[in-house]
Amino acid sequence: MNKQEFLNQLRSGLNGLPHEEIEERVMFYSEMIDDRVEEGLSEEDAIRQIGPIDSIVSQTVLDVPLTKYVKEKLTPKRKISAWEIVLLVLGSPIWLSLLIAFFVVIFSAYIVLWSLVISLWAVFVSLVVCAFCGVLSGIAYAVCGHGFTGFAVIGAALICGGISIFLFYGCKGATKGSYILLNKFLLWIKRHFIKKEEM
Amino acid sequence: MDIQLKRGILDVCVLAAIKKEDSYGYKIIKDMKPYIELSESTLYTILKRLEVANMLIVRNVEHGGRLRKYYHITGEGLKRIEDFKEEWKEMMSIYQYVTREDDANE
Repeated sequence: MNKQEFLNQLRSGLNGLPHEEIEERVMFYSEMIDDRVEEGLSEEDAIRQIGPIDSIVSQTVLDVPLTKYVKEKLTPKRKISAWEIVLLVLGSPIWLSLLIAFFVVIFSAYIVLWSLVISLWAVFVSLVVCAFCGVLSGIAYAVCGHGFTGFAVIGAALICGGISIFLFYGCKGATKGSYILLNKFLLWIKRHFIKKEEM
Repeated sequence: MDIQLKRGILDVCVLAAIKKEDSYGYKIIKDMKPYIELSESTLYTILKRLEVANMLIVRNVEHGGRLRKYYHITGEGLKRIEDFKEEWKEMMSIYQYVTREDDANE
């Protein structure tokens, strides 16, 4: 693959991003190839060093915020005429609500997932509090003469403490997992935008 | 390594690469190579982030019949490096504390 082919493929891979953004990135890679060629490498070797286009595209897609894609998608490619503006205004109850719905769906996916994580952490915190208070009240029972009750309460408190230690790792895993999942979800949506543009 | 930590360190690495004199993309990658492997797309993201944060400015310089982008560090960027050095001292003392615990256990 020569430089021009590489840049063309990169350009089409990044389709869906704002035009200036694509050109800026293409310029950056073009400079990177030129500098390597200047050092004595062939264009093919320079491109090989830079790496596969797929991974460049997928990393770029991850880096660019979703709003940029949406904005690019909604920005008309040419000047819109007066009657189009009228139509846009008249149609706003439909497209505006669809747009809002789109963002609300994404937003609610976030909320659902994070509430799950938060509730897990809440259980963890309450178990820790139970353990702490249980031990204290157990001691209080024992001091006041209710020895057996005191021991039972302390025992229950220790069980809570034990479970909370296990749950801590579960919570940590769930937090990390959610983060990865949401990133994948975002990537999927962004990819969708790019695909649509290509058609 | 923790993503946030790595991101911060890479930012400072790139700033350090342009601290002495203005530099360009490929040279930054080459200069950093003995210490850390940086892909083009990672470098692009870092440069963009530093530019937005006013830690560097970009200028186009004519070179061999084409334009090359040179990156120049700003006062803000220099301050970031100094802050990093201070933060790192703190990190080192934490590191020493952590490893001392290890030594005691062995």
